[in-house]
Order: sequence, then C-alpha cells, then structure tokens
Amino acid sequence: MSTDTHAPFDKKPESPRSTGELIRLEQVTKRFGNHTVLDHLDFSVDAGKHVTLIGPSGSGKTTILRLLMTLLKPDEGTITVDGERLFPAPEKQVREVRKKIGMVFQQFNLFPNMTVLRNITEAPVTVLGLSKDAAEERARELLEMVGLTDHVDKHPAQLSGGQQQRVAIARALAMRPQVLLLDEVTSALDPELVAGVLDVLRDIARSTDITMLCVTHEMNFARDISDQVLMFDSGRVIEAGPPEKIFSEPEHDRTREFLSAVL
Amino acid sequence: MKWDWSAVADFMPHFWDGLLVTLQILVLGSLISFALGLVWALLMRVPTRWVTWPVGAVTEFVRNTPLLVQLFFLFYVLPEWGITFSALTTGVFAIGLHYSTYTMQVYRAGIEAVPVGQWEAATALNLPLRRTWTAVILPQAVRRVVPALGNYVISMLKDTPMLMAVTVLEMLGEARLFAQQNFQFTEPLTVIGFAFIVISYLASLALRALERRLVH
Repeated sequence: MSTDTHAPFDKKPESPRSTGELIRLEQVTKRFGNHTVLDHLDFSVDAGKHVTLIGPSGSGKTTILRLLMTLLKPDEGTITVDGERLFPAPEKQVREVRKKIGMVFQQFNLFPNMTVLRNITEAPVTVLGLSKDAAEERARELLEMVGLTDHVDKHPAQLSGGQQQRVAIARALAMRPQVLLLDEVTSALDPELVAGVLDVLRDIARSTDITMLCVTHEMNFARDISDQVLMFDSGRVIEAGPPEKIFSEPEHDRTREFLSAVL
Repeated sequence: MKWDWSAVADFMPHFWDGLLVTLQILVLGSLISFALGLVWALLMRVPTRWVTWPVGAVTEFVRNTPLLVQLFFLFYVLPEWGITFSALTTGVFAIGLHYSTYTMQVYRAGIEAVPVGQWEAATALNLPLRRTWTAVILPQAVRRVVPALGNYVISMLKDTPMLMAVTVLEMLGEARLFAQQNFQFTEPLTVIGFAFIVISYLASLALRALERRLVH
C-alpha cells in the first residue's frame, strides 16, 4: 500500500478491515427469461484486490456487479460479503450488508435535482447519520481529490460527462464502502474525457485499500490497476490471472480472440 | 341588441362576489386534485392487488362518469345518509376528486419517466424507500408534470360553472341571477366571459413562471 498522506479517506479505518475473502458467489445462477446468463457460477474476490472482468458483451460481467449491488436477484445460489449473507437474506440484513458496497454506473446516475454537494452528502446524512457539516466537509475533500472543487454548487446538467462521473465516484466513496463496483464507467464518455476519470480511479486504487471490481473495455486501464483479470465467456470464467499473464500470454483461444478484437 | 354600461355597473358588485367564489373553487379544487392525484398514483404502485384493485376501480369509475352526475350525487344523495356539507364545500370536493383521477395519470407518467438509473443509484447508496421517493423520484417527476397539471387547472376553471347546478353562486350563477332579475343578459354574460379569459391567461402565465423556476 502507498504511503500517500494527501488522500482524504481512511487508510486505517476505524474497524479493522477484513483480509482474505471479501466477496463470495456460490453456485449463482441468473436467467433472463429463457436465457441463462450465469450458470452455477462460483466466484470470489479477496479484500483489497482490484479485479477486472473482461469478456464479450452478454458474457455476464455486468450481471455480477448488479447482483452484488442487489439491483438483481439471483435465481439460485448464495452471495456473501465480508462473511455476511447478502443473498438470500432478509431485507434488514441486505440493507446492512449493502452499506459495504458502492457502485459507479456507466450513465453516472447523478441526481439531477440536487447540487453536486447534495448528491454526495445525501446518503451519508440520511443513511449513515452524519451531521450535515461533517458530510459536507468530507464531500469537499472528495471533490478536491477528483479535481472538482469549483463545482460544488452546480447541478449535474452543468457539468461535462467526465466531471459528472468524477462526482459519481466521489458520491460512492462518501459512503466509505469496502467494495467499489465500476460498471463500464468510461463507456458513455467522449474520448477526451476518459483519461481524467481513469486517473482518478488509478489514484484511488493506489492510495486506498478499497476492493475494486471493475467491468471495462479499457484494457490499458485494466492492465494498470488490476491484481487479477478474469476472462468471462457465456457466464463462466474461462481464464484468470494477473494482467501481465492474461494480456501477454493468454492460454484460451476465446481470450486471444477477444483481446485481438479489443486491443 | 343594445349595450348598456349602466347594466355593467349594476352587475359589478355581483360579479366580484362570483369571481371570489370561482377563484376559491379553482384554487381549492386544484390543491385537492394535485394532492389526491398524487395519493392515487402512489397507491397504484403499492405491490399488492388489495390496494391497486380498489383504488383502480374507484378512480376509473370517477373518471368515466360525468362531473355533473357526481355533483348531484354528492349534493342530493349524501344528505340522505346524514352527510351534509355546504354547496361550496361539496362542489369543491367533487371537482377536486374528479380532476384527481386525471392528475393521477399525469403523475404516473411523470414517475415512470424518471430513469431507472435513478432508482439504481438510490439503491446503491442504500437510501431508504421513503427517502428515495421524497428526495429523488418525486422532485424529478413533479418537475416534469407541471405543464400537464397546468392544463388541467385551465380545464377545471372552465368546469367551475357546473357548480351552479348545486346552487353555488360562482360567476355564471351570479350572471344568470342578475340577468333573470333585470332581463339584461348581454352585459353580465360578456363580463364573465372576459373574466374567464383573463383568469386563464393569468393562470397560464403563473404556471409558465413556475415551470421556469423548476428548470435548472
């Protein structure tokens, strides 16, 4: 871990963060109608790791993120986060376990009726019970980190896509999640705005112990930040390994085909 | 046909009385229809048929029967069951209820127009359901539907004379009374005709100003 001191979030959290396995999917099946996207998938991520999911569209990468965020429910199987059951689990427990997870979306999904500052403070105040002042102080630190100090009182519509996505990252981090899910966060951006967002994410990957689970088509970014790359095809992991290995010497034909198509 | 300014002058005191009643009906009726319509729209989203079926049936019934029939029913039938309100109260409630069955559809469309990503972001941030509605969904939905709600306000204004049928003396009632007592129809009816246009116009200006304020 880096020894940066300017990073405005806890490198030593109040409660010791778990080491070892943080996320576990067991025998998870997800169908949409007759189409089985995930078929008895076993999948786990260790705490603090940065894992990138790659693969053709429709291979189930995004579905995994959406299952973890509870935006979808599995048809079968169990999901465990930090030793606690997320699925199947009663609603009250889901709410508790879900606090450990944050997500950044392809389309940003900022709240257009709120200022940038309110977007970030809304959940810390109403969910975590932070005071307004404390939440705003933290929001300003996060906005400084993503380079948007001048935009606190603007509304999302007044920002570029790249700026909106950086606000969305700050909003997710304001909840101090243990896991950050990144769902094709640069896909909706104009090419010249991608770098700014990826720089922010690299910074977070370097300076925090947050676990990242990332679906992306930015292979250079994946290579930079990932500890592990998982190649998905038809709802199964067909190849896994450190980025150097997957990108330089892929073993599986499907991986080679995919990489030659996207690189 | 002669135009008699002195008849206008004689009618004016009655006109102001009628105008006040018309505006009362319009403002209170609108508020009831906005509030009740939102309640219907939200109840229709409760995930159980025990709620959506009765609410759907009642609102469908009210929407598809004439306002005039509803007015007569509330004014003449309810008292037989010992429920009595003044003519104005009954009229305001009837028109508010009737229009709530239109505004509920406006709200429904507005709520459905909020992108699903907003719900997902609220889930990802763990916002409680109530907070998701009050802080995220409804502010966006309402902003979208202000123009459509405004059209119903204008519509409602044009339906206010129906309350005459249950003895409410709004503008048309006052005009008719004056006309019958003085055998002068042209002047009072012309005056209230203009008054309707002016109120519609002012209401649409106010709504446009509100729309502008709501858009960032």
